[in-house]
Amino acid sequence: MPGTPILRIESLHAKVADEEPEILKGVDLELPLGEVHAIMGPNASGKSTLAKVLTGHPGYQTTAGTVTFEGRSLLEMEPHERARAGLFLAFQYPVEIPGVSIANFLRTAMQSRLAEGEELDLFDFQDLLLDRMQLLGVDPSFAERPVNDGFSGGEKKRNEILQMAVLKPKLALLDETDSGLDIDALKVVAHGVNTLRREDPTMSVLLITHYQRMLDYITPDVVHVMVDGRIVRSGGPEVAIWLEEEGYSSWREAEEKAVAER
Amino acid sequence: MPNNAVVERLDLDQNKYDFRTVDQPVFRTEPGLSEEVVRAISTHKEEPEWMLDFRLKAYRIYLKKPMPTWGSDLSDLENVLDQIYYYVRPQDRMMNSWDDVPESIKDTFQKLGIPEAEQKVLAGVGAQYESEMVYHSLKKEWDDKGVIFDSIEDGLRKHPELFRKHFATVIPPADNKFSALNSAVWSGGSFVYIPKGVHLDTPLQAYFRVNQERMGQFERTLIIADEGSRAHYIEGCTAPAYTTESFHSGVIEIVIAKDAHFRYTTIQNWSRNMYNLVTQRALVNAGATMEWLDGNLGSKATMKYPSCYLIGEGAHGSILSIAYAGDGQHQDTGGKVVHAAPRTTSTIVSKSISKGTGRATYRGLCKVYEGSTASRSNVECDALLINETARSDTYPYIEIEERSANVGHEATVSKIGEEQLFYLTSRGMTEEEAMALIVRGFIEPIAKQLPLEYAVELNRLIEMEMEGSVG
Repeated sequence: MPGTPILRIESLHAKVADEEPEILKGVDLELPLGEVHAIMGPNASGKSTLAKVLTGHPGYQTTAGTVTFEGRSLLEMEPHERARAGLFLAFQYPVEIPGVSIANFLRTAMQSRLAEGEELDLFDFQDLLLDRMQLLGVDPSFAERPVNDGFSGGEKKRNEILQMAVLKPKLALLDETDSGLDIDALKVVAHGVNTLRREDPTMSVLLITHYQRMLDYITPDVVHVMVDGRIVRSGGPEVAIWLEEEGYSSWREAEEKAVAER
Repeated sequence: MPNNAVVERLDLDQNKYDFRTVDQPVFRTEPGLSEEVVRAISTHKEEPEWMLDFRLKAYRIYLKKPMPTWGSDLSDLENVLDQIYYYVRPQDRMMNSWDDVPESIKDTFQKLGIPEAEQKVLAGVGAQYESEMVYHSLKKEWDDKGVIFDSIEDGLRKHPELFRKHFATVIPPADNKFSALNSAVWSGGSFVYIPKGVHLDTPLQAYFRVNQERMGQFERTLIIADEGSRAHYIEGCTAPAYTTESFHSGVIEIVIAKDAHFRYTTIQNWSRNMYNLVTQRALVNAGATMEWLDGNLGSKATMKYPSCYLIGEGAHGSILSIAYAGDGQHQDTGGKVVHAAPRTTSTIVSKSISKGTGRATYRGLCKVYEGSTASRSNVECDALLINETARSDTYPYIEIEERSANVGHEATVSKIGEEQLFYLTSRGMTEEEAMALIVRGFIEPIAKQLPLEYAVELNRLIEMEMEGSVG
């Protein structure tokens, strides 16, 4: 149903486990099915933390608030259960898994989604993988390389997007905090997301970025501005343009002024 | 670091091998070791006089040599050595057909999949049960080409000259305390001869099974690969788990003639009550290649350093070893290469995984004698720690007398990191599946060298432990 939120975040508070200060200080956000939302914000505003909390990184701790994903309470689920439910995070800095090929990695990920006792058909998987690589214009030899081992920034992104294309999430979180600096990486991500959304317009996207440049390639339905652990403003793409012109510092000054006046 | 409950389930599975066969040996010596025991073994084997003399001399060397104070903790070993059976003869004579092997013993090897593998992928099979080879067979094709694949006893009986020419020349009794012990009480093992220019396209396999409690197994293998020949020998070892300790101490001697190529693969998955102290060494002549592929997964304590003595120009030695040390296990393994001729080359790659209270030690020696001009050696050892309590140490000894030699050493220690686990679980894998994948990736450079059945077995072993906890 269009308009039904796939993700609803309500006054979410979170911090790094075993540390005191809160990083997320009451995040509210609603993402309707099939929409693309961008979260922008200055460094250390909590954007990447939000991505990690949503996917269940064990290094973070939720202190208050709720998150529902397709009506299910997300925070009570293990990271692998969230993934199996259809959540996917494209990592800003994905780690290396030496000795494990991308194909093997994806095969294991696909197998893990099946019911116990059920075996992944290897021919079907091979077909799927080839099909996905074709769709994204990735050379088939890419899948034989060990996961992220010695990859360039662009190759790492290609790998993330390929995984996304194979795993076909309902909601893709893209942590692209720094990608605006690497045009190659940025284009890989944008091309991948746009291709996959053309194929399946119900795939929802939450794009986290620092730079407006990213939004030249992926057009969001809604832009949220995050400052100091809260969403302080939401609106159409014009918000991003405004931010680009004014910069985060002017936003922060306005915020501080408003707080002072309260 | 992963949580403890998950780590607990990471142990390699040994249940598959943990079954006991009830049978009655036809003869066994009294527990413990004495000159009488040594004589009894020799008498039972109807050996020539020189072999009895050899055994008795070795026994005296054994008594004189002190227990090693390095490597694994052997403080309790004296006790164990006083209580074990040194010689257990399971049947009257060795058979060449499984039909003739007693039912209970045949069952054992069937459970281990040996006859099946023999049919499919092997050139020949030897099966040792307790102290004796109970079965030995070589496909006719290879027999016709002059390949000898026999029990060591039959080697001595049927090929006395070839046997005596090489026996104990690679590893003399006085090499170390346990080579002396083995020389005194050896029983079982293979005698292999690959004639000039013969290329075996499928492996020979020997399987070592200890069934009885408080058992000492002392197999002795002698392999001669003649000029330009090529072959692969695989050794597998298992035993049921008892509460008392058992002991396995083999001596493997290999002579590789000019331009021959030999590979020796070991996958030991002994039960966790086994002391496994093995000496294996190859003499590698000019232009020849020796490859040791050494997998140490089981046992309580293993001390094993496969060696290559590169004695001819252009000889090459390679040692790939993989060790898994779970709770209470100490794998003290590595390799030894001695360069004693010009243009000799060697590589050692060692990978270890330790978990819980497990400890994996890499101990290696690279020695380059003066005059071994333009020789090269490269040593790489990588350790993977599954959790905080696991331990890994590296003792690389390098002795170089030759200026023109080029020796490299590289060592890494890594841990399964939270970020790695999170990355994999965020793709839908459970922590167990994620760890299995990381471990598999870590050992991949060595696993891919294994014969397919063993690679599959190794993967399955690693996976099963982790998958067992799911659902």
